[in-house]
Amino acid sequence: MISSFTVTFFVPESSDWQRGFTTIPHTARTTSHQMATTTKNESNELMLERAARRRRRQATEQAIVAWLLRAAALISILTTVGIVIILVAQSAGFFAEVSVWEFLTGTEWAPLFSPQKFGILPLVAGTLLVAVIAGIVSLTLGLGAAIFLSEYAPERLRRVLKPILEVLAGIPTVVYGYFALTFVTPILQSIFGQDHVIVFNALSAGLVMGLMIMPMVSTLSEDAMVAVPRSLRDAAYALGATRFEVSTKVVIPAALSGIVASFILGVSRAIGETMIVKIAAGATPNLTLNPLESVQAMTAYIVQVSLGETPQGSLEYKTIFAVGLLLFAMTLAMNIVGRWVISRFRQQYE
Amino acid sequence: MNKTTATPTKRQRLRSFRVLRDRIFVTGFVLAVVIGIAGLAALLLDVLVDGLPFLNWNFLSSYASRKPLESGILAPLAGTVWIVGMTALLTIPIGVGTAIYLEEFATKSRFNRIIELNIANLAGVPSVIYGLLGLAVFVQFLFNGSRNVTAGALTMTLLVLPIVVIASQEAIKAVPSSYRDAAYAMGANRWQVVKAVVLPQALPGMMSGIILALSRAIGESAPILIISSLVWVTFVPSSPDSKFTVLPLQIFTWISQPQHSFRGIAAAGIIVLLVVLLSMNGIAIWIRSKYQSRPEQ
Repeated sequence: MISSFTVTFFVPESSDWQRGFTTIPHTARTTSHQMATTTKNESNELMLERAARRRRRQATEQAIVAWLLRAAALISILTTVGIVIILVAQSAGFFAEVSVWEFLTGTEWAPLFSPQKFGILPLVAGTLLVAVIAGIVSLTLGLGAAIFLSEYAPERLRRVLKPILEVLAGIPTVVYGYFALTFVTPILQSIFGQDHVIVFNALSAGLVMGLMIMPMVSTLSEDAMVAVPRSLRDAAYALGATRFEVSTKVVIPAALSGIVASFILGVSRAIGETMIVKIAAGATPNLTLNPLESVQAMTAYIVQVSLGETPQGSLEYKTIFAVGLLLFAMTLAMNIVGRWVISRFRQQYE
Repeated sequence: MNKTTATPTKRQRLRSFRVLRDRIFVTGFVLAVVIGIAGLAALLLDVLVDGLPFLNWNFLSSYASRKPLESGILAPLAGTVWIVGMTALLTIPIGVGTAIYLEEFATKSRFNRIIELNIANLAGVPSVIYGLLGLAVFVQFLFNGSRNVTAGALTMTLLVLPIVVIASQEAIKAVPSSYRDAAYAMGANRWQVVKAVVLPQALPGMMSGIILALSRAIGESAPILIISSLVWVTFVPSSPDSKFTVLPLQIFTWISQPQHSFRGIAAAGIIVLLVVLLSMNGIAIWIRSKYQSRPEQ
């Protein structure tokens, strides 16, 4: 009897009422409360109108929010466009006076002296020398740590060690620069002899940079190793393989794309790193392979010029954008290759 | 049996060689971890030994000086607070907004894929390049050569934006889709679902990403070095168009001084910087671990 009563009471307006309800869950309770107290058709229409208005307002709000969010997303596109335009436009003035060929193949870099020389190779060599040292250090340490953490360490030890290693990634680069200059360089000097090691040298900067990049390499490699399914390892163990054999003959080949990518991304990071090379590697453009000599990296040159009194718009000033453009192109290429390696060669295990 | 142990077969010799090789390499792997941790310990000890004697209240409350013993970090400390505050105000809405757009609003169109790819690439752009961008766009174009706090904060915002976006996207992805479905079933529209369901659930993850991004902004010196080449600032920035310096920049200035006595001051500055950064990282890790196990219950 009660049910029949409610049905007869609600039926005439219920379909309209529900349509309103579906868009306004939060206010549904007050609406039904008003329903109970109002029985006349006019007030129902009033209420329907109010619900429709609320719905329109919510739709407008959503449309505005969607536009704001789209605008926020556009900022990242604008940043990239801005970087490319600034670098290209400012270096266009430079390349109008110095040919691209001379810039890319010249072996002397002396833009602040006369006669001016604009061959970037010494800066590229300095950058790569430090980056290669950093790459070797971070790959050796990072891969070793990744294998230990993923294949050998018990879960509890892993949980303690991983965050400690990751602290390394959070330390500012200026601190690493200080560490290289005041701690590592004196050690190198006592090993190789004061006469052979200049205070500012590529080796010290490279070693410390390797320490900085190590957690990045180890985290990315370990992620790739953890993704290798347990069954592959078990199969190898069942054949009597030792842990070392399982690691090097099963896990590493299966996780190779992630390991290679971590190395590429790490070296790219090393190429773009500024403060360590500025503080510890020196300011001498030097086309050398000797890590005990002082070199100047591309980033260090950019910083050196911006700290000086070079007038804006001069040729010397424009060099930092030309160097920046080359640096941007190098790191971008490496990052794209790194991510391509991850996506192209990733083994999909079920 | 005795005979076999006296003259082991080829197979047994191989086996013992393999076990030995395993042991040797384990030592190597452990050594890699140990070297990493020892490096960290050496770095911290080096800084503490050099810097602790200089760390006192006077150091925190006075300005930089030509005399090492009278130098302090008040100006760069205030500059860092300004930069981080303004960067947070700008980065949080833009970064979280971008993440919400990409995860909740965007369709799988080519344009949106380009945005995602672009953000991943921006995360790998060296920080000096952002410095050059800031120098050309903000300092020279927008502020007519004035190397002010706003230019620094805008540059820092662009630098850390990819970190905030990527972390927020991860946090949003971690919200179970059943929560969204429940809200949609109640008749909520997309924005209501985001506002009432997704954001509150994703907040802890976003917070830890934001804190990590801001700690990056605190530690980063290269772009600020290019934006504000002014190095001896002896005042606290009073408005968004004041000149400024930041902690890492002041540390760099001290390291570059020829007198060795400035090294201790630099190390004291590093201790302050590391205390700020490590406590921020600690908070981020704490937030992450506190809320990590919550969903799917």
